[in-house]
Amino acid sequence: MPDTNIQATAYNYAYLDEQTKRMIRRAILKAVAVPGYQVPFGGREMPLPYGWGTGGIQVTAAIIGRDDTLKVIDQGADDTTNAVSIRRFFAKVAEVATTTHTEEATVIQTRHRVPETPLTDGQILVFQVPIPEPLRMLEPRETETRTLHALSEYGVMQVSLYESIARHGRIAKTYNYPVMVNGRYIMSPSPIPKFDNPKLDRSAALQLYGAGREKRIYAVPPHTPVKSLDFDDHPFEIETWTECCALCGSKESFLDEMIVDDTGKRLFVCSDTDYCESRR
Amino acid sequence: MSAPLLSARGVTKRFGGRIACRDVSFDLWPGEVLGIVGESGSGKTTLLNCLAGRLLPDGGSVAYETQSAGTVDVHHLSEARRRLLARTEWGFVNQDARDGLRMGVSAGANIGERLMAVGARHYGDIRREAVDWMARVEIDADRLDDRPTTYSGGMRQRLQIARNLVSKPRLVFMDEPTGGLDVSVQARILDLLRGLVEGLHLSAVLVTHDLGVARLLTHRLMVMQGGAVVEQGLTDQVLDDPQDAYTQMLVASILPV
Repeated sequence: MPDTNIQATAYNYAYLDEQTKRMIRRAILKAVAVPGYQVPFGGREMPLPYGWGTGGIQVTAAIIGRDDTLKVIDQGADDTTNAVSIRRFFAKVAEVATTTHTEEATVIQTRHRVPETPLTDGQILVFQVPIPEPLRMLEPRETETRTLHALSEYGVMQVSLYESIARHGRIAKTYNYPVMVNGRYIMSPSPIPKFDNPKLDRSAALQLYGAGREKRIYAVPPHTPVKSLDFDDHPFEIETWTECCALCGSKESFLDEMIVDDTGKRLFVCSDTDYCESRR
Repeated sequence: MSAPLLSARGVTKRFGGRIACRDVSFDLWPGEVLGIVGESGSGKTTLLNCLAGRLLPDGGSVAYETQSAGTVDVHHLSEARRRLLARTEWGFVNQDARDGLRMGVSAGANIGERLMAVGARHYGDIRREAVDWMARVEIDADRLDDRPTTYSGGMRQRLQIARNLVSKPRLVFMDEPTGGLDVSVQARILDLLRGLVEGLHLSAVLVTHDLGVARLLTHRLMVMQGGAVVEQGLTDQVLDDPQDAYTQMLVASILPV
């Protein structure tokens, strides 16, 4: 809804014009109706470079309203440049409240992580996606990957996992780990660590994925089964650590390894800053 | 006797004004190997691609007797069914192994791809099957995790054959499977193919320009010239007593050793 109060500024509410937001919302509706299917959309130029979250920002701009509370995380942290900039951007152009607390947020835009705190009904998780096509590294032709998706021909994805085991003795893929959505489409979960894959499965929150450069939107509706691909005798496993978080002592969260001095002393801390702070 | 496995009726394919194959009809019976010979440019490969559903012919039809679903018209199947057929009941051996293999993944993954495509999800089983097929096509099992890029031409061709036969197809299309290989390697591959075709009771359509290969492998022969079949019959009959002038010329041009 255009707002007379901000007519004086150079941009529409939430930066994008209303027609663009309608177009993106239509793409989102289609994506939600066909879980895991990549819907093309007319991606716009955004005031930041491709790879910094143009897809996620366009999705967020299309769904955000004044009564929303926005949280933005980058690699789990609320205080990195990308997260701070995008949060400030929407605070200015969409006049929304922002937060760093996962429970308070209605819309969470994320890059490379899913919050540790379980998400609830009514929350929306917006992922920034660099390469939406999970088969891209195996099949360079777009026409062919679309056919493979359409016909559910996913042998080649399994071949890549086979190859990983043959070469490394285990499935060595640790991020962007391919998933099967609702038993139909193979989907790239964006470069989140495979540690987060189980959180996508039957999540109560709506998951929206936006790829700005490739101009694709896809979605996982709430409570949709999301299965990580594996072999019967090499089941999917998540990362584990022998350490616990040096700040909050968590043994359940995803830990970042940091080198803290010149002698190579190491420290493990939670990658999810909000989760970590709430436990201290 | 049961119905023919593959039956072509009046298959015609044009590329613009040029006719690549003209009104080709034949029946292929279970367990039979049909050879298509002719000079370069006579439409052999085009015909093979039409038969295998890779090209849509401009006229005629190709019927295939499936294992469970009765007779189907290859070109009226949905793309999904046709592709399923192509990776389960059929095999396709290319002249250049690079076209038929995934060069970026190991030999084991190449052999296992068809199994995984139809739902195999047990790594150990897939690997065992791959080792078994490596042995059947006479490749050392310790090359299982090597990529085909490190293989010789003959080994690549044998790997391609293994990759196709692992799904136990009933019908294999072969486009010059021994073209571009030296004669000793050719002989081994021919030996291998003959053993596999007999052992697995395969039917095959084999395109070749080499009459020696045709004599060794095929039961029946079709001779093509300028897109049309000029003669067909039992292989020995065609080669020993050619009726058509072109076939006579072809047979006469075999170099005596």
